[in-house]
Amino acid sequence: MTDADWQAGGFGLYVHWPFCAAKCPYCDFNSHVTAHVDHGRWARALVSELRRNAARTPDRVLNTVFFGGGTPSLMDPSTVDAILLEARSLWPAANDMEVTLEANPTSVEAGKFRAFRDAGVNRVSMGVQALNDADLRRLGRLHSAEEAMAAFDVARNIFDRVSFDLIYARQGQTLVDWQAELRRALALAVDHLSLYQLTIEPGTAFGDRHARGGLRDLPDDDIAADMYDATQEICESHGMPAYEVSNHAAPGAESRHNLIYWRYGDYVGIGPGAHGRITGPHGRLATETHRMPGQWLAQSEAGNGDSLTEPLSLADQAAEYLMMSLRLSEGTDRARLKRLGLEPEATTLQHLSGLGLLRVTETSLSATMAGRRVLNAVLRDLLAG
Amino acid sequence: MTELSRIRNFSIVAHIDHGKSTLADRLIQLTGTVAERDMQEQLLDSMDIERERGITIKANTVRIEYPAQDGHTYILNLIDTPGHVDFGYEVSRSMRAVEGSLLVVDASQGVEAQTLANVYQAIEADHEIVPVLNKIDLPAADPDRVREQIEDVIGIEAHDAVEISAKTGLGIPEVLEAIVKRLPPPHGGDPDAPLKAMLVDSKYDAYLGVIVIVRIIDGTLKKGDRIRMMKTGGTYDVDDVGIYRPAMTSVKELGPGEIGYLNASIKQVRDTRVGDTITHEKRPCDKALPGFKPSVPVVFCGLFPVDSSEFEDLRTAIEKLALNDASFSYEMETSAALGFGFRCGFLGLLHLEVVRDRIEREYDIELITTAPSVVYHLHMKDGTMRELHNPADMPDLTHVSHIEEPRIKATIMVPDEYLGDVLKLCQERRGIQLDLTYAGTRAMAVYDLPLNEVVFDFYDRLKSVTKGYASFDYQMEGYREDNLQKMQILVNDEPVDALSMMVHRDRAEQRGRAMCEKLKELIPRHMFKIPIQAAIGGRVIARETLSAMRKDVTAKCYGGDATRKRKLLDKQKAGKKKMRQFGKVDIPQEAFISALKMDS
Ligand SMILES: Nc1nc2c(ncn2[C@@H]2O[C@H](COP(=O)(O)OP(=O)(O)OP(=O)(O)O)[C@@H](O)[C@H]2O)c(=O)[nH]1
Ligand SMILES: C[S@@+](CC[C@H](N)C(=O)[O-])C[C@H]1O[C@@H](n2cnc3c(N)ncnc32)[C@H](O)[C@@H]1O
Ligand code: SF4
Ligand SMILES: [Mg+2]
Repeated sequence: MTDADWQAGGFGLYVHWPFCAAKCPYCDFNSHVTAHVDHGRWARALVSELRRNAARTPDRVLNTVFFGGGTPSLMDPSTVDAILLEARSLWPAANDMEVTLEANPTSVEAGKFRAFRDAGVNRVSMGVQALNDADLRRLGRLHSAEEAMAAFDVARNIFDRVSFDLIYARQGQTLVDWQAELRRALALAVDHLSLYQLTIEPGTAFGDRHARGGLRDLPDDDIAADMYDATQEICESHGMPAYEVSNHAAPGAESRHNLIYWRYGDYVGIGPGAHGRITGPHGRLATETHRMPGQWLAQSEAGNGDSLTEPLSLADQAAEYLMMSLRLSEGTDRARLKRLGLEPEATTLQHLSGLGLLRVTETSLSATMAGRRVLNAVLRDLLAG
Repeated sequence: MTELSRIRNFSIVAHIDHGKSTLADRLIQLTGTVAERDMQEQLLDSMDIERERGITIKANTVRIEYPAQDGHTYILNLIDTPGHVDFGYEVSRSMRAVEGSLLVVDASQGVEAQTLANVYQAIEADHEIVPVLNKIDLPAADPDRVREQIEDVIGIEAHDAVEISAKTGLGIPEVLEAIVKRLPPPHGGDPDAPLKAMLVDSKYDAYLGVIVIVRIIDGTLKKGDRIRMMKTGGTYDVDDVGIYRPAMTSVKELGPGEIGYLNASIKQVRDTRVGDTITHEKRPCDKALPGFKPSVPVVFCGLFPVDSSEFEDLRTAIEKLALNDASFSYEMETSAALGFGFRCGFLGLLHLEVVRDRIEREYDIELITTAPSVVYHLHMKDGTMRELHNPADMPDLTHVSHIEEPRIKATIMVPDEYLGDVLKLCQERRGIQLDLTYAGTRAMAVYDLPLNEVVFDFYDRLKSVTKGYASFDYQMEGYREDNLQKMQILVNDEPVDALSMMVHRDRAEQRGRAMCEKLKELIPRHMFKIPIQAAIGGRVIARETLSAMRKDVTAKCYGGDATRKRKLLDKQKAGKKKMRQFGKVDIPQEAFISALKMDS
């Protein structure tokens, strides 16, 4: 591996806040509903985890910080402040360091935006999810569309960079419904949008209902595919092409933190269930922390929140690099892939490009729009054998 | 040695599930043969598969002692037989070893197809028959009607049929008395004559090797005797003789009229031939018994390991099973699509399922089973005849003069109201009606049918169109020429040999269409569209197109959790291993068998 490989991705910090005001029925993120959180204790534990991680990532320049969840907008701004202060003291920060916080669009949270900005947050990503109240209720959201828009307005006035998330291919939604909703969203959007197709995850309330034969009015795969295609076209014509499977931005406005994941750069992950990929003197490590908040807190206070620290084989790195980078429209660097020991067979590449799913050049592989829609299948072929 | 007049040998026969094994339980229990605490339901059904499916597969022999009302103690040798049509051979050979039969009829169901088949066999074996009406504890039991039915349909006397409940034990003493009073003792039998014994059955025991079940006609058999099998010519030293109570119990000797086992260090079940005559090497009897027709496999299919590296394990498993089951045949097979495997022959579809289950469970090998096929006779232009066990081996048609297929004579008993549907089904399956009679509200239809049309799903269809009220039995009836052709299935323009089948001209289009539709359901979508075609000699007769997969991507980003994605893909890759690749297409293993179980 050359230095350029992991430095190409940059270096970021992910902070997981595992609490939410209520559990959404579709959500399988590591999120929990708790009556009481001892913010002081959590802040101290997170800071000590930061220090532990800084010790194994010396000499790195911090490009991005991302507060994700759960609902990090429920954090005490002083916690965010303490973490950012500590991070800046542990690593040199890039001049234009991007600091994103995921926010739920309720009035409570909107009231804290100014304090988050003062702590150093300069980008927010809001979980708007839908633009009508009936659908928000079915998604189990605690906010109305109007409340979300109000929160969004507050955010726009406070932060330069604001993005929001929508979930589509929802119950009862038609292609035409989605096209109209998306156009409204684009009219509101600043320069970044995350558009996720609803995924029914096992182990969630939706997953259970679906397994019992419920959620009948979900669009089928063909309609969902049409919605995906329409999304690409509409966003492109509005100057917000997809730079990743589900993420759209005006050129230059991409989430730099998420780009680190997809370019398979290094990142430290702290907080319950956070993942990290860090390069040390002996190669690349995968790290993972305890998922359950109580356990994580206890272990972190005892000195180490990791549940796993594992060297990654070259083969695993190659697979991960390919899986992550093919999500991006810029695609995969073949030379880097080869250095990780993976060279997909020429016949496979020919087959996939013949099907119009993969763009193959001397130096790169990238999924076409049609290819991104069936990316798992493309990856199965590329990684077969 | 027991006096002949104090011996009764009989088989218990009935339609499937009419309660043979349960009656055997009660007879064993009431005579105190087995301690109460060792008693369990269907005690004789000792194989796992038998217990799990609640059916008898292997016939079992037990000796019980019964002190009768006349003050004498009788030795009763009973043979519990299987009811399923696939194992009809077990019934017929069991009958040859005994002099009478208890014909069990479920009093709530009445006479069924196997009841009839069993009676005919019993009559052929010159048996005295005692009809037993079982399950009279059931509210739906109607013994008077069933008595009438037995007299009308079967034509045997039934006024003194014994009414019992094998479940509650009601009527069992009467059955025991009827056995003693109404069944004959063994005929003739001279203890001092040269040994003449019938080889009734043989089974493999992991500890003891091959155990042979014998019925002594003349002479006596003792431990230490040197015996000769008259047909196969094998000679052996007898290590042990004994009886089943039902546990194996050694005895000093077996004399005329007795049924028991012998153990003579025989290696393979295949070394013994059911129906053979066993005699002493030194002092042989002069005439062998007539013997039985060997059972022949009628349904063939390919068994391939899902994981091709398990081929050798599969070979071992099949060889071991064959040690214990002489009724199935096997030979190595190679398929372009599936690699190395075995072409195996079975007595019927249930037999196939049983063997496949055992390989999968006892040997832990996952299998791909190809479409079952019957044996065709190819009459070549040069006047020779070839057997075709596998449609994939069909030679160039220019050398074939004509093709014959096996036919069966099927007997179907069904309540009136479903008769129309049954006749329609038989018609669809190219059946020719031979007879149609009524007895009360039940009809009996006799059809000449091609075996090929029956092996896949005829029984399932029959059950579904008659809501389970029909019963079915068949016998092989020889071969007949018909307009038969090989149909190939092409997936993405490539022929898949393991899906080839023989079809009748008139049914080809329909079958082809059904196959293509079914495969379209079973093959997962790929990144490209896949034509699925049925063709006869290069001419496409049916076609479906499986459209390309349109969506398969993980929408969300779980922070930097790359592990999760990698694991997901690993899981998908493992799923893919369970499929077979044909060109660029993955076909799941179910496709090979379920594609043929279709409504057509
Ligand atoms: N109610 C009732 N059920 C009975 C009676 N005798 C048997 N059964 C039930 O009928 C079912 C079949 O009984 P088995 O004794 O296994 O029948 P079988 O004739 O040996 O069946 P195969 O060997 O498969 O042909 C079981 O569920 C028994 O419990 C009876 O007298 N009354
Ligand atoms: C980590 S989540 C949470 C952000 C924040 N807590 C919220 O709910 O607004 C990030 C985004 O993933 C998306 N998401 C979560 N579960 C999803 C699912 N089952 N299918 C599709 N998108 C989902 C939602 O759009 C959500 O905003
Ligand atoms: S979607 Fe957001 S708010 Fe809802 S449970 Fe998941 S993390 Fe919490
Ligand atoms: Mg039984």
